[in-house]
Amino acid sequence: MSGKPKTVPSSWKQVLDAETISRCISRISYEIVEKDRDVSNLAIVGIRTGGEFIAKRLQQRIEEIEKAKIAFGVIDITLYRDDLSHQSAQPTLRGTDLPFSISGTRIVLVDDVLYTGRTIRAALDAIIDFGRPSRVELACLVDRGHREVPIRPDYVGKNLPTNRQEFVRVRLTEMDYSTDGVYLISENEGKR
Amino acid sequence: MRQHLLGIEYLKKSELENYLSNAEAFVEVSQRELKKVPALRGKTVINLFLEPSTRTRASFEIAAKRLSADTVNMTGSESSVTKGETLIDTARTLQAMAPDVIVVRHKESGVPNLLVNHISRASIINAGDGLHEHPTQALLDCLTLKQHFAAQDRPLEGLKVAIVGDIRHSRVARSNIWAHKLLGNEVRLIAPPTLMPPYAGGAGAFEGGVQIFHSLAEGLEGADVVMVLRMQLERQSEHFVPTIEEYIAEYGINEHILRRYAPGAVVLHPGPINRGVELSSEVADGPRALIGNQVTNGVAVRMAVLFALATGESAISEQESA
Repeated sequence: MSGKPKTVPSSWKQVLDAETISRCISRISYEIVEKDRDVSNLAIVGIRTGGEFIAKRLQQRIEEIEKAKIAFGVIDITLYRDDLSHQSAQPTLRGTDLPFSISGTRIVLVDDVLYTGRTIRAALDAIIDFGRPSRVELACLVDRGHREVPIRPDYVGKNLPTNRQEFVRVRLTEMDYSTDGVYLISENEGKR
Repeated sequence: MRQHLLGIEYLKKSELENYLSNAEAFVEVSQRELKKVPALRGKTVINLFLEPSTRTRASFEIAAKRLSADTVNMTGSESSVTKGETLIDTARTLQAMAPDVIVVRHKESGVPNLLVNHISRASIINAGDGLHEHPTQALLDCLTLKQHFAAQDRPLEGLKVAIVGDIRHSRVARSNIWAHKLLGNEVRLIAPPTLMPPYAGGAGAFEGGVQIFHSLAEGLEGADVVMVLRMQLERQSEHFVPTIEEYIAEYGINEHILRRYAPGAVVLHPGPINRGVELSSEVADGPRALIGNQVTNGVAVRMAVLFALATGESAISEQESA
């Protein structure tokens, strides 16, 4: 949180700029509200770390639209991953914080990039350990395809065709970047 | 490479900090209604406790179960050790059962280190070995202090930590000395000369950086943390102190002396407490004692250690190559 804002390498190809990201957030917020006008039961839950900032922006936008308080939480799915035995580096836990009752709540689960779907699978397990939501919906800023489990999003900012060798990076001002952007980068450049 | 936790002495500062930071996330898991996460599903943890222990063993067992690991407890009295099996034979037997982690407590120093050489596949966790180390106790003490001082916006660094009592026979003290040196805290040892480790006053003890006091008043002056060690009454026959009464008069921690010399200090004790000996009930049950938090945090740090050692590429590749 100190020093001058970070910037991305000039070789990264930008696919969404700050204005487009902002419009995506607004559109998804309206779609969430349209699906059920009663937002008293709604909670926005971000998946750490990429999803939490997008989730926060959605929550704030919906609060502006509806002039109502919207419940907000974050979950860390590390302990629910299906590849813990294959991780080379020691995982760092950032913790789960769901300061509301899950049971009977309409949850919109939020991630920045939807890819194989395995993170979402783990997030569903994590949520259900806290109670029985009335329903769970899924929002993502970018859907890059290549699903490996039967999971589909309810709200998508941008469908982005990719190949598996590429990387999608979301960089936001909340992460101390000078501006918001989504970037598509090649295999070699991805190893930052 | 296989990873073990044999002692705080062998840790890097970043490893210690990662254990503490992950332990904070595991505190939350223990506060849930459903206190279980699937992280160690299918992993086997053997608790090999060849020295009597109720609290540490229960804490490790709960930690493993909250991570969904399968646990097996083996204690000294019911194992083949009492039938004359050597420790190395026990190790070979355990190895044949393919555990992922062996948690070991033993009355002899160095047993966990010995097991590492005779068990090729499992990670070893030291749950207390003789006079050597008790690393998870030091980790839970550090987590308890981290939480306490974080609430006052103070880092776990630059604190004055006084360790009082039978330091000579204390693996808890030894692990804590390494931990607080690593974190950058000031470590003071307070004990009569007979209960000070023989090397404590010598050159190079703990690579310097510990201060030795034989006067409680001098050692406590301005301390932020007072760690009170259990007076091992069973050693009284060895005459380390003339009488227990004399020890209490010179080194017993009570509210009066804390108010006078270290009014802001918090008090830790690894348990079990000899009330009225090393620590007065007024302090043990009073607001400056963090003893209840220590026990709660014990489960969280043991979850963090089990999680770190039983997951990761190292764990699986070792098994596949074996």
